[in-house]
Amino acid sequence: MTLAEILDSLFPQGHAVTVTDGLIAGEGPFGGDGASGAGRLAVIGIDGDIPLGIEGACHLAGRVLDVVRAGGGTPILVLIDSDSQRMSRRDELLGLNEYLAHLAKGLLLADAKGHPTLGLLYGHSAAGAFIATALATRVLAALPGAHPSVMDLPSVARVTKLPLERLEAMARSTSVFAPGLDNMVRTGAVQAVLDPDEPLGPQVAALIADAPAADTRDALGRDRGGRPLAHDIAARVVREATGA
Amino acid sequence: MDWKPVALTTSPLDQSWYEASARARLAGLLDAETFHEFIGPEQRMMSPHLPLFDLPRAFDDGMIVGRGRLDGQDVLVAAQEGRFMGGAFGEIHGAKLVGLLRAALVVKPAAVLILFDTGGVRLQEANAGETAIAEIMRAITHVRAAGIPVIGLIGGRAGCYGGGGLIAGTCARLVISEGGRLSVSGPEVIETNRGAEEFDSRDRALVWRTMGGKHRRLLGAADAFADDTIGAFRAAACAAIPAAPAFDLATLEAEQARLESRLDRFGDARDATEIWGRLGINDPAAVPGLTTGAFDALLAGLPEAPHDAR
Repeated sequence: MTLAEILDSLFPQGHAVTVTDGLIAGEGPFGGDGASGAGRLAVIGIDGDIPLGIEGACHLAGRVLDVVRAGGGTPILVLIDSDSQRMSRRDELLGLNEYLAHLAKGLLLADAKGHPTLGLLYGHSAAGAFIATALATRVLAALPGAHPSVMDLPSVARVTKLPLERLEAMARSTSVFAPGLDNMVRTGAVQAVLDPDEPLGPQVAALIADAPAADTRDALGRDRGGRPLAHDIAARVVREATGA
Repeated sequence: MDWKPVALTTSPLDQSWYEASARARLAGLLDAETFHEFIGPEQRMMSPHLPLFDLPRAFDDGMIVGRGRLDGQDVLVAAQEGRFMGGAFGEIHGAKLVGLLRAALVVKPAAVLILFDTGGVRLQEANAGETAIAEIMRAITHVRAAGIPVIGLIGGRAGCYGGGGLIAGTCARLVISEGGRLSVSGPEVIETNRGAEEFDSRDRALVWRTMGGKHRRLLGAADAFADDTIGAFRAAACAAIPAAPAFDLATLEAEQARLESRLDRFGDARDATEIWGRLGINDPAAVPGLTTGAFDALLAGLPEAPHDAR
């Protein structure tokens, strides 16, 4: 689905979401009975497979903090079709790690302050941009055709010095390193894949209503077979640390 | 000639942080004999994924977690071993830190200390490593929101790159040394993607000037600059704990203002020395050569106010 199609499906009554230089921000009516106009959904995100640099991260974080400051429990939807973080000497010189972490912290604070956060992947996303946006939401969903990755297989081949053909064969049998939506679902990072043929509003509302209070991604990863050990290792550390 | 014997075994506090192993750092950082490890190497919880790549494994997967005491206070600690796969985050490596942070909410230590030494996500376990980084960042904000400081210490051989740089940006306080580097994309990654004209990774002075400890401290990306000794990191960690800011809207609004102001002031700078000059440093070219004492004196003389925005 394109961003325009997603917004139309989410907000059949219209919305005030705009895209500037690939950065999505705005809001629309959501939930409630519509007549009272009580329910709103705030939207931020990245469109057009652009990389996330220091200005973009700072801008989006500012919009998230605006929502928190206004209070009222407005949920925040993070729509993502991004490249990785912007790779440049200038971004690193000025502290890209702080800008990306600040955006993630803003989303995590919003969620803790009663603004449910939901990510929706509809295109590409990778690495630092993926961590600072989609993975910083409480519930991450995707649309069919989304293709998140940490690194593409040719780059993995270069770093690991393994032939690409062998990596491609390995990718079919193990999901822990291979790019793609199915593998991110198996690790538990992506909780649900939405149905593009049904209105998105009710699907998003249902995900928000059912959002788990705790971080359950490692349990999902175990149950789905993509991360066999993470949940048990974390639980074991908790047991040893607490003497339980 | 009156020769003095050379002391080959120095006090643990005088050892180089950069040269030490993760376990040696922990041993020297904490009060003597107080470290207790969780899922120690004797349990041999090794990566289930590395054999697929014909790669050797480590009994601790490059991540050591446990509890100990720091100057008499109960703390939880995590230390990455940069000499195993560049300290990269894999499934078990990451899950150990996730578990430690979750445990902090129960045992309520005086602080959680993270000794970073990492190149970022382990590509052989990329999806698990990346998801673990997201889990760690969420857990850190929970721990901080509960009033427990999370302190990052950066001075190892692998630096603090990739997802490690994002985790560091989530900590309440960061201590960095001259040898520490803090960044997202490393020099080689930028060079591979954008060419040597964008970043010449062989230009070590450029790397240190752009990502190294002094620049990060001057920029406000780190809160303390430590000598490269275990004792200096110990002293800086002790000082950081009571200074840690809360995790709340006021802190993040202050950070927003701090980061916006940085863009306004330095967004057109082409090199760290330009930024240092604009900060009021008379001789920016001399900064890389300054001793820690001279650097601290320089910091004290700058007009920049200390901040709590992280």
